[in-house]
Amino acid sequence: MTIRPPIAMLAELTHRCPLSCPYCSNPVELARTETELPTEDWVRVFGEAAELGVLQLHLSGGEPASRRNLAELVRAARAAGLYTNLITSGIGLTEARLRELDAAGLDHIQLSLQGTDAEMADAIGGYRGGFMRKMQVAGWIKAIGFPLTLNTVLHRRNLHQLPRALEMAEEMGARRIEVATVQFHGWALKNRDALMPTREQAKEATRIVAEARARLKGRLVVDYVPADYHSDYPKRCMGGWGTTGLNVAPDGTVLPCHAAQTIPHLTFENVRDKPLSEIWYQSPAFNAYRGTGWMPEPCQSCDRREADFGGCRCQAMALAGDAGATDPVCIKSPHHAALQARAAAHAEGPDALIYRIAPGKPLPLIAGAATGSEARPAERIAAENS
Amino acid sequence: MDPTAIPDLPRGVRVHFDKVRETWVLLAPERTVTLDPVAHAILSEVDGKRSFGEITARLAELYAAPQDQIAADSAGFLGALRDRLFLDLAS
Ligand code: SF4
Ligand code: SF4
Repeated sequence: MTIRPPIAMLAELTHRCPLSCPYCSNPVELARTETELPTEDWVRVFGEAAELGVLQLHLSGGEPASRRNLAELVRAARAAGLYTNLITSGIGLTEARLRELDAAGLDHIQLSLQGTDAEMADAIGGYRGGFMRKMQVAGWIKAIGFPLTLNTVLHRRNLHQLPRALEMAEEMGARRIEVATVQFHGWALKNRDALMPTREQAKEATRIVAEARARLKGRLVVDYVPADYHSDYPKRCMGGWGTTGLNVAPDGTVLPCHAAQTIPHLTFENVRDKPLSEIWYQSPAFNAYRGTGWMPEPCQSCDRREADFGGCRCQAMALAGDAGATDPVCIKSPHHAALQARAAAHAEGPDALIYRIAPGKPLPLIAGAATGSEARPAERIAAENS
Repeated sequence: MDPTAIPDLPRGVRVHFDKVRETWVLLAPERTVTLDPVAHAILSEVDGKRSFGEITARLAELYAAPQDQIAADSAGFLGALRDRLFLDLAS
């Protein structure tokens, strides 16, 4: 099998985040600040990534603005030849910092939206005043002229706000909006009951998106990730394991996907110990699910096997207890019926949200606090290949 | 495509030489488009000043090909970029 070089790298600069989104896909155990990769290592890794073939760099977290020297990192990434995208909640950015990022050559900003009004957004983000602040940041982004994508995660609580989110994207001058139905990895697994949309809601979102795409053609691009728990086929996770993208965690661990550490038999290497290209081409974790050789039935003889690569390995792990199984979302999986029943049960589950509680964090409005990783890197990287 | 329209790459969209894959690509927000030699030739003429008509005339001369053929190919390619908002068109 020939291994192609990766196109995209997600650099999780830190797990620190002022928000506490209940759907955060970061792990339950966050990397501590002391273990974060220092700037000079990131700079070296950006160079190694460009040499390896990475074109697109996503600076993410946690909240990447929590790294004080963000502009220095952006400058280094641009110098290495990478297209740099900042994935942010906006909290922690000031007008001065945005101007500094502009001067450093930042190519694009992806701003998350937790809700379309302060009441919803601050309750979901668990951060009072967050919405007001974000609107201010959106104003600065527009004034400076950064290309902008608005990113919104849909779930049972806020799905009805989708039409307003589309309007807000236009008002902010975004050229693109990413509408993603909540996925359940990391912390989000704790909140399946409160966040799982109903099948009807999922259908309604699909209808709104189709209508918006027709109406806004040439003005706003709408990228959409439907609810996969209510689907018949899985998504092509990460564009295929080890084919398109890689993630570097805050401590330098290199992962084939954001949630890969939930697969207990895999061990992951670190950019502190090995060059990125060696990790990409040779590490057992990247080779574990590359291609189609590892696949069991029904994938092995399925004509979609190179279209979806058997779906998500982490989802297979979480739902079928076996990372090497067919993604239970697939209609051909023996777990499919049980999964759909579970999704329906979660959709009727209790509404209480569970937040991360972290030392030094203000208590969120409803209960305790989580990270604002609105990045669902898997979809992003899959889309990049299109 | 209107021959007087002026195409331009908006901020956040740029042409880049991918030295690892030895090909030109168009980098855009969270997307990468591989450019074949024809696509690269077309984008090389896009500077935010020349009109679509001027661009196709130049390409016709450069490649000694009929301008209407070039215009049809270019309109297809640039139109697709426009639909994805990777290209601005000023009239
Ligand atoms: S059986 Fe496997 S390859 Fe076929 S559609 Fe399902 S997940 Fe994809
Ligand atoms: S299966 Fe792929 S996309 Fe899904 S969580 Fe794992 S690595 Fe990410």
